[in-house]
Amino acid sequence: MSMRRVAIVGIGYTKIGEHWGRSLRDLFVEAALKAMDDAGVERVDALYVGNMMSASLQEQEHLGALLAGDIGLSGIPACKVEAACASGGMSIHQAYLAVASGEYDIVMAAGVEKMTDRLTPEVTLSLAMAEDREYVIFSGATFVGLNALLHRLYMHKYGAEPEDIALVAVNDHENAVNTPYAHFRNRVSVETVLSSPMIADPIHLFECAPISDGAAALILCPLDKARKFTDTPIEIEASTVSTDRLSVHERDDPLTLMAIVRAARKAYEKAKIEPKDIDFVESHDAFTILGVMTLEDLGFARKGEGYLLVREGQIARDGRIPMNTMGGLKARGHPIGATGIYQAVDAVLQLRGEAGKNQLSKAERGLIHSMGGVGGTVVINILRRAD
Amino acid sequence: MSVPIYWRESKYRYKLIGSECMKCHKRFYPPKRVCPVCGSRELKDVKLPDKGHVVTYTIIRVPPKGYEEYAPYPIALIELEDGTRLIAQLTDVDPKDVKIGMVVKATFRKLSEIGRDGIIQYGVKFRPLIENES
Repeated sequence: MSMRRVAIVGIGYTKIGEHWGRSLRDLFVEAALKAMDDAGVERVDALYVGNMMSASLQEQEHLGALLAGDIGLSGIPACKVEAACASGGMSIHQAYLAVASGEYDIVMAAGVEKMTDRLTPEVTLSLAMAEDREYVIFSGATFVGLNALLHRLYMHKYGAEPEDIALVAVNDHENAVNTPYAHFRNRVSVETVLSSPMIADPIHLFECAPISDGAAALILCPLDKARKFTDTPIEIEASTVSTDRLSVHERDDPLTLMAIVRAARKAYEKAKIEPKDIDFVESHDAFTILGVMTLEDLGFARKGEGYLLVREGQIARDGRIPMNTMGGLKARGHPIGATGIYQAVDAVLQLRGEAGKNQLSKAERGLIHSMGGVGGTVVINILRRAD
Repeated sequence: MSVPIYWRESKYRYKLIGSECMKCHKRFYPPKRVCPVCGSRELKDVKLPDKGHVVTYTIIRVPPKGYEEYAPYPIALIELEDGTRLIAQLTDVDPKDVKIGMVVKATFRKLSEIGRDGIIQYGVKFRPLIENES
């Protein structure tokens, strides 16, 4: 079966932050309408909504029909897509398949998460649902804690210093200064990061993505129709998914996230490229250590050497592989189910040449890495400015 | 969360019972129906060894709902003597004395007594080996 090539022709998003006065539905509607306006469309043929925690935080499910109705599109096919923190990336993947298959022409891939409706212990438990609830979480482990197990093991095995890993957060904050929709727009130093309170040793508060509210949406259509909607279509060259054994203790090497390795390999193959052909990467660095490990598992550094790339400043906007060019999960923010869509927004702005002061000198192709759990689900989307 | 969820897992949680693949003889905790290594469907329950060592660990300072009153507490990735790995809480140890490589032994303890329908929840934690203990 021949698949159609697919492009992104519209983006819409809210500012990320603590939106005390606004609901999940309200945030979604703003992002969805902005995306439709950006593409110049009045309706879409189908809607996918990435979201992880509406059941536990809002006691609300059935987001597909609910939110389609909220934008006046009752009647269209619509559903929620859930893959923990990879829900947004997975929503793009489903929308991509829907357009590529020929079934639908104009599809919205959206994501929304409203996290501040509950207190931190409840949000902590909800996030931990990305792991095996009855054994791993039953032990008292948290999601931060599981990443902390890897953080400590990584430093122990490869000799990285806490400062090397903290630099991932410093880089995110540096890039968020010029991002109007970022949750945090302040610079931080390594000293600030490492003197912030410990959440789960050795992970400090400033090494964790914040609890954020936000919604974002993309409009996808076949590449050969894209110029009807925009002068700067962004092609999705590859959209791939891989899963791994859910819990880190079940894996042969806890420090290699095989779902990244597999999804990336397949994505490079589909796009007929190598890691060196990628101009920038939007990495799912919910915790600093994940930023380091991702550089390795995506093929930008050898195993155990990702931290050297960070130490040498190669992930900065003028480095060899610019990472999280608009602030990443730490500073742009991490509204879970919307995060994968925000990563695509960041990449689209770069590829359209609309990234403002953060515009990279060369931005023709970007890789987006979205991840659920501690690498249990990985979605890779490779975006490229269409010729 | 409900009583049946707690009740049906208690055998495995209380006694550290995992499963062993009859084909490749790999062992797993918690138990599995299909071997994640070789794909075999022939697995049987097996009592896992109660001794092991700490591969890596963390100290939970921001706990999930239901565990607030116990923080800070250590959580470790433990490798048992037969090579089976699992995630468990460490007990009877000052968090600052936990070390990678530390030898630990399973012990039956209370995990949490708040939340989840008011059930007092028990399971296995691991404690440091006492001097001269085998």
